[in-house]
Amino acid sequence: MAKPPRPVFRNIHVSQIVSYRLPPAGIVSILHRISGALLFLLLPFIVWLFDVSVSSEVSYERFTAAFTVGLAGLPGWVVKLVALALIWSYLHHAIAGVRHLWMDANHSVGKEQGHSSAIVVLATSLLLTALLGARLFGLY
Amino acid sequence: MSTNHGSRRLVVGAHYGLRDWLSQRITAALMALYTLVVVVQLLLPGPLGYEKWAGLFAAQWMKVATFVVIVALGQHAWVGLRDIWMDYVKPVGLRLCLQVLTIVWLVGCVGWATQVLWRL
Repeated sequence: MAKPPRPVFRNIHVSQIVSYRLPPAGIVSILHRISGALLFLLLPFIVWLFDVSVSSEVSYERFTAAFTVGLAGLPGWVVKLVALALIWSYLHHAIAGVRHLWMDANHSVGKEQGHSSAIVVLATSLLLTALLGARLFGLY
Repeated sequence: MSTNHGSRRLVVGAHYGLRDWLSQRITAALMALYTLVVVVQLLLPGPLGYEKWAGLFAAQWMKVATFVVIVALGQHAWVGLRDIWMDYVKPVGLRLCLQVLTIVWLVGCVGWATQVLWRL
C-alpha cells in the first residue's frame, strides 16, 4: 500500500526570497550576514588601507590620494563609495553584534524587544553611516 | 572521564556549537572594546593627520592590543564564513574548497596586518 505523501518544508529557495516580507529583526539578521561577508571580501583592501595610512608620511600621501585621485584605475569617487560600503558594513555589523550580546545578557528575546531593538540597530547604523558618509564626500 | 550514560548520555552533535558561539562573542567583545579605544584616542585634541594616526600604534601596549584584535578578527570571520558555507553550499567537495580558500584568505590578511604593525 502506497503511503500518502507527507508534507515537506524545505528552506525557502532563492527565487522565493522577494515574496517574503521580513520583519525588522529579519532584515537586521540578513544584513548582519551580508555586511560580515562584505567585510571579509574587502579585508585585503582594509589591510592595504592600514598599511599605506600608517607606514610612512609618503605612503600616507598615497592613502589620501586614493580618495581624490583614485586607485588602480578607479576614480576617487568609486574608492569613496567602497569606503562608504565598508563604513556601513562595519557599523551595521558592530551594532547588530552589540544587540546580540545585549540579548544574550538580558534574555530580552521577546517579540516586542526583538522588534524595537532591530529598529534601533537599523536607525543608528544608517544615521552614523550618513554622518560619516557626508564627511567622506566633503559635505562638511 | 565525565558520565556519559543513562540520562546524562550525549547522543547528538559534534559539540563545537557552544565553543564557536562563545568564541564568536568573546572575539566580538574584544573588537568592540578595541574600537572604542581607537575612537577615543582619535577624538583627543590635536589635528587628525599622519602624526596622530601612526602615533596611535607606536606604543607597545597598543601594538599588542592591535595584534590580539587582528587574531580575534581572524577567528571571528572564520566562524562566520564557515556558517555561511554550511548554510548555502551543500556539495561537500565545493564546501571544503571554499573553506580552505577562506582560511588561506584570512591567514594571509592576518599575516600582512601583523607585518605592517610590527615594522612601524
